[in-house]
Parts: sequence; C-alpha cells; structure tokens
Amino acid sequence: MWSYLLRRLVQAALVVAVMATIVFFGVNVIGNPVDILINPDFDQEEMARAIKALGLDKPLHEQFFYFVKNALRGDLGISFVFGEPALKLIIQRMPATLELAFASLFLSIVLGVPLGMYAGLKPDSKFSKTMMAGSILGFSLPTFWVGIMMIMLFAVMLGWLPATGRGETTDLFGIQVSFLTWDGLTHLALPAVNLALTNISLVMRLARAGCKEAALQDYVKFARAKGMSEQRIVLKHILKNIMIPVVTVLGLEFGSLIAFSVVTETVFSWPGMGKLIIESIQVLDRPIIVAYLMMTVLMFVTINLLVDLTYSLLDPRVRLGGAGK
Amino acid sequence: MRRSLKFGAALGATLLLAAGAARADDVKIGIYSEPSAMDPHYHNLGPNNSFSSNIYDALIIQDENQNLTPGLAMSWEPVSDLVWEFKLRKGVKFHDGSDFNADDVMFTSERAPNVPNSPSSFGTYLKGKTFSKVDDFTIRVTTERPYPLMPVDLSTVSIISSDVGADVKTADFNAGPAMIGTGPYKFVEWLPSDRIVLVKNEDYWGEKAAFDKVTMKPIKSNPTRVAALLSGDVDMIDSVPTADIETLKKTDGVTLASGISNRVIYLHMDRFRDNSPFITGTDGKNPLKDLRVRQAISMAINRDAIVSRVMEGIAIPAGQLLPPGFFGTSDKLKPQAYNPKRAKELLAEAGYPNGFGLTIHGPNDRYINDAKIAQAIGQMLTRVGIKTQIETMPKSVYFRSASRGGPNGEPKYSFILVGWGSGTGEASSPLKSLVHTHNKELGFGASNRGRYSNPKTDKLIEDALATVDDTKRAALLAEATEIAISDLAVIPLHYQVNTWATTKGLKYLPRTDERTSLRSLKKQ
Repeated sequence: MWSYLLRRLVQAALVVAVMATIVFFGVNVIGNPVDILINPDFDQEEMARAIKALGLDKPLHEQFFYFVKNALRGDLGISFVFGEPALKLIIQRMPATLELAFASLFLSIVLGVPLGMYAGLKPDSKFSKTMMAGSILGFSLPTFWVGIMMIMLFAVMLGWLPATGRGETTDLFGIQVSFLTWDGLTHLALPAVNLALTNISLVMRLARAGCKEAALQDYVKFARAKGMSEQRIVLKHILKNIMIPVVTVLGLEFGSLIAFSVVTETVFSWPGMGKLIIESIQVLDRPIIVAYLMMTVLMFVTINLLVDLTYSLLDPRVRLGGAGK
Repeated sequence: MRRSLKFGAALGATLLLAAGAARADDVKIGIYSEPSAMDPHYHNLGPNNSFSSNIYDALIIQDENQNLTPGLAMSWEPVSDLVWEFKLRKGVKFHDGSDFNADDVMFTSERAPNVPNSPSSFGTYLKGKTFSKVDDFTIRVTTERPYPLMPVDLSTVSIISSDVGADVKTADFNAGPAMIGTGPYKFVEWLPSDRIVLVKNEDYWGEKAAFDKVTMKPIKSNPTRVAALLSGDVDMIDSVPTADIETLKKTDGVTLASGISNRVIYLHMDRFRDNSPFITGTDGKNPLKDLRVRQAISMAINRDAIVSRVMEGIAIPAGQLLPPGFFGTSDKLKPQAYNPKRAKELLAEAGYPNGFGLTIHGPNDRYINDAKIAQAIGQMLTRVGIKTQIETMPKSVYFRSASRGGPNGEPKYSFILVGWGSGTGEASSPLKSLVHTHNKELGFGASNRGRYSNPKTDKLIEDALATVDDTKRAALLAEATEIAISDLAVIPLHYQVNTWATTKGLKYLPRTDERTSLRSLKKQ
C-alpha cells in the first residue's frame, strides 16, 4: 500500500515537471505578451523597459532556470498581466469553479443514476425510450450552443433565471459560495445544468447498460428466488454493482469538469478558473498558463488515485498494488 | 401597541421607499474588457485607463470628443518654450476626506512611471518631464525641448493621494485600501472577473455622478453580453457586436448610442525589402515600392462595400489617419474612390499586367470584424489581378511577428491589416508612430511596420512636435498627413464606429476614445 502510494507520487511529480517544461517553452514559441499588453503609443525605449520588467529580456534558458528555482520554493511566478502571484490568482478563482463542478457532478448523479436504472429495468416503457433518445442529444450537442440556447430561453424569453455571473455569495468556512442564497442558486442553475448535460447523459447510459446486465446475473435471480423485495434487490444488489463503471467515469469526468469548464464559464461569464485560463492564453500570460496546467496535472493524478482507492472499497476483489498478495 | 403598529407601518413604508429609490439609481453595466488591476498607474492601456477615469481625476480631462477640459488643474499655459505652468483647483477633497494640493501631483509624478512589474507604464507620457512645486496650488513642468503635447500627455495620468505612501503596492489598490481618488465615483470592491462595485461621490467638485451605485460586470462573450442586456441582468453594455445591432434597434426599450472613434483600420506595406517574403511572381522585385502599385491597391478596394457588407454599415470610409475634425487632420483628403479599371491600368503601367501574388496578414481577434475585412480585401485585390492569399491569426501571435518577427528583428510580413487609435486625439499620434522613419534614438516610428521613410514627412512631424503654437502645429500636421497619404505610406480603409446599448432611463454619450466611462453615462 505505502510503496504503491509512493510510486504514484513519484510518477505524478515527473508528469508535472515534464508538462511544465513543455508549456514553458511552448508559450514562448507562440509570441510575446508585451506586444499586446503595451500601450500603442509606446516608443522603443518603453518597449525595452516593459520587456525587462516582465523578465523577458533574459535568454530563455535563464528564464527557465529562475522559474524552476522559484517553483521549488512554491513560487510559480508573477502574472504578466495582473502583476500578482499566479498561484494566488488561480486560487482566488478556484471556489467558483469548484462550486460549479460539484453542482454539476451532483446533478449527474442524482439525475443520471435513477433515470438510467429506470431505463435499464423497464427498457420498453415510453418514458425510458424518450429519455434514452434525449441522452443522445445530451452529449452530442456542443456545450456552447446549448448554453446560449438556454440563456435565450430561460433568461431572455422566459425571464426566469439570470443570464450571467455568479450572483450573491456568502462566506462558508472562509470560502465564498453562492449555493446558500436564493440569488446565488438562480445564478448557479443554468451553468451547472449546462456543464452537467453531457455527464447526465453519460451516467444514464452507463447505469442503463449496467442495470440490464446485472438484472440477468445469477445473484439477482437467486435473490429474487429467496423472495427478497424488488426494492431491496435494486437498491442493494444492482445499484452497488453498477456503481463501479459510474465511479470510474465520473472520477475522470470530474477532473475535466474542473479543468475544462472553460466553455461554460465563458458562455455564462462565470468568474472561475476556466475564464482566467482562456483569457490568459489569449494574452500569453505564461506564469498563469504554466501554474494552471501544473495544478491540473496534479489534480488529475489525485483524482485517479482516489478513484483507485474507491474501487477497492466498492469491490473487495480489487487489491491496490497489482499482485494480490 | 397601536403606537408601535403605526411606527412599524411608517418604518415599513420608509424602507419600501428607500428600496425603490435604491433600485432606480442602481445601475449594472456589462463590459467587454476588464481592467487588469485597480491601480491606476500599473497598466497604461485602454481598459484600465477607462476604469480609472471613474475613480480618479487627471489634471486635465478629455471629454467625449477628446477635447481637453479643466480637471484638477483650473488652467494651464506655457510660461516659456520649455516650461508649462498648471494652476490647481482649490477645495477638492479626496474620497477619504483629505484635501488635494500640489503634493499629490508631485507624488503622482514620482510614482506613475515607476510601478514595479508594469507591462505598460506611464513613462510613455511622463518621460522627459520634470515636475516642480511652486506653491500649494501651482505646478511647473519643464522639458528639455519645446513640447506642445504637454496638456494631452498629462490628461492621461490619474492623480492619486500622497497619503497612500511611497511604498504602496498594486495589490493595495486591488484590495481597496489605496483606492483614494477625487473622481465622481468611490471604489467599493473588486471581485476579479466577477464584478466591480462603485458608489457616488457626494462631494465631487464637478458634475455629480448620475447614479448612486454602479456595478460593472465583465462579460467577454459577445452573445452573452447581448443576452444579459435583453434579460435585464444589466442595464447597459459596451462593444455591441455589429451583427446584433439591427436586432437591438428593433427591440423595445433598448437605446443604441453609436459614435465614430479615433481608430483607423489601415494597410501597411513592406517598403524596405527588395525581395519581400510574401510576394511572388515578380522575379525578386518588390512591387509595393512603386507608387502606382500602391495606388492600384487603394483603388481596387471598395471601401463602401466593406462598410456596408462586412461592417453592416457601422463604420466610415477613411481618407486619412484620423477622422476629419480632429486636431491636425486635413480637410482636403477624401477616401479613395473605388476604380478597378484604373487599378488594372496602373498595374500594367508599373509592369505587372498580369498582377503578382501577395499574402495579406491580419489579426482575427483585435478589431471589429478584422478577419472578415482581410478576406474582403483579398477578394477585391484578386479581382484586379493581384492574387491574394489571406492569413489571419490571434493577436498574441500576430503582433510580435508583424512588429519584429523577421530574422533580424524586423517586421516579418509584406502586407498587413492593422488599426491605430489615437490616444491623444490628434494627428501627431499616428504620424509619429506609423509614418515617421523608424528611429530608436528619437523614439519615433515604433509601429512603422512598413518602414516607410520620407525625409519630408519626418521633418514636418519633428517640426510639429516642437511647435507650441496650436494653429501652426495643426497646419504642419495636416501637411504631413497630406504628403503621407498622397505617397500612400499607409492605405487607410475605414474609421471604426463603436456602439453602446442602454435600456430605459439611461443615456450614454459615445466617446471617440472608445472608452466606457461612467462620466459619459447620464440619466435620460
């Protein structure tokens, strides 16, 4: 167990290091942020000053050396655009993104699992067929289009929900959250559903397939023969067995929800990390891009690890560390 | 009991009234670009300077049409060729209640050009100027050479309170404590990429703010910004996309405010290489060096078609570098008329009866409809025989290459689409940066990406920039513009028109500097 964890940690550190190096040099190939950050009235002297102020006058390998040196001390550099530490800017926007991701994960589970199971147990009902057909639209329509349509329908035409932003926030253990107020919830609704749509569909299909398969298994037949109630069979035996693929997929998808909620955050103008990263990419704010991707890698590694650990809880046959010693 | 009931009812009514009043005077604005910091001196760029104008005053304030009006300075005049004197306004209070005087100006002049990590500093406007305090309400600024742009330059710098201390950091402004100005609005809070909240400064010395509370929400996505206005999330938006203007015009309760800007969209041509990298079929000659070819290109472009089709009517064909009426523009120059027949003849006269190959490079996320304009020009040039390829790219890639992407740090492309906004609102700005010979020592021609060089225009521009007399300077600038345009140093296409949209009760006065400033937002 411990050697397993250690190995995973070393792997993670390696991936982060390689990724940071690639991104660091990659961003430099694209262009130079100074050209778009500087006032057009600049003269050559001001251009030289700005390049120096951002530390871009030094040779690239030297910049990289300083970056590594500072990164080892936990300092990922100062944003070219905002003039504040990159890590601070990302963490400042993290609660908004996490809230959105959790809300959408929550929706995926509470809507996806029951709907999928229903469709699996009663495959011929009209409702099941409609839901399954709908789920195809759910993950084939592009997020940004659905987002804009939702804004058009619910905000502009019906006027039920606000179109943009995060709304009122309250302090919960030092973190600003919006789901505790009505205003915050109404703001959260559209982006969370938009972000969840693909995953609801995905979970539905997984749950349905798993359910159909499990319903025919011997242990279900045996349970039924024992005279167990249908409710108990479904909740205890089937549900538990179909959760393994659902947990795997949701685990991986959760990482994507956080790291790549870019589209939803842009469409709904949600003040999270996704909006920060896309705007930083547009102006080549290297410290933020590098720091953000390093964090993303770390997060994926952590989530994968957690998924593996959850496995061993859900399915006793799975042993961590490979060989079943 | 009865008394308390009565009291309760009265209190309730008062509260209701207060709530109603608060709603009426609370305004939400969806803005396209968010400032990168609250610090008014950290980043000298459009979005930041627009925002600072709400909280801070400068010595001189540019009005909607970029005319100079008294700000914290009541009057200003040159006392000699090299010295300008500013008489400061008395009785002005900062938001924290302290008094404004010459020490604050001195403090600002020290800090503004020297903010650490600044990606674009106010050194651009403050360089070479020595400030001295004569008395508490008089400031003198000395330069080494006669310098007519003094008032314009100082109109860009927000005056901050000296009480914030010399070691104040950008983060102190972002968090709020150092946000002490004299402007019409006071700072409340900034939640980055979420909202900026301001309240009215009741003690403002000038025209008081129109609204009690203003919330600015950055909404970068175009359809979302429009939807936010239509759904009532916000009461005003800026940068209305041209494609939505027709729809919004027909929408009840929405008022559009459009105004010409100081930004010209133009073409710059390689004038310094004999063998230009993106020109083919000319046996190594650079046809862009031939005036006839440049004239042919200008005639081949149907500016009216670009304005009506690509820009949906929201632009004005350009014949010079700044719309007529601005200081130092020429009243003789008209937009080049569309004449493809004459263009073909000129190409034949220049020795290219079969045309040649050319690539136009441009950004696709910087100016209104920039990529579409490049495509339209490509087709128009191909029609007269110049087989044009179009390559557009994000501004982050484009601008470095266009300015210094060549092997030796020279401009990379042969034929480019660019825009120029004159921050100072007068003609010396584009002439100095785009037309004057690229010269590092003088600091001229910094954005002369075609490396056009003409001793005649150079001399006129330099003379103008040393002429303090307004009439004489305007004449010199107009003459320089006329020579540059007749020689087609650049080919002007159109002036951008910016549009703001408000809902009932609000009125925005369009600004030529493209800014969204609360100073221009009024009640209807």
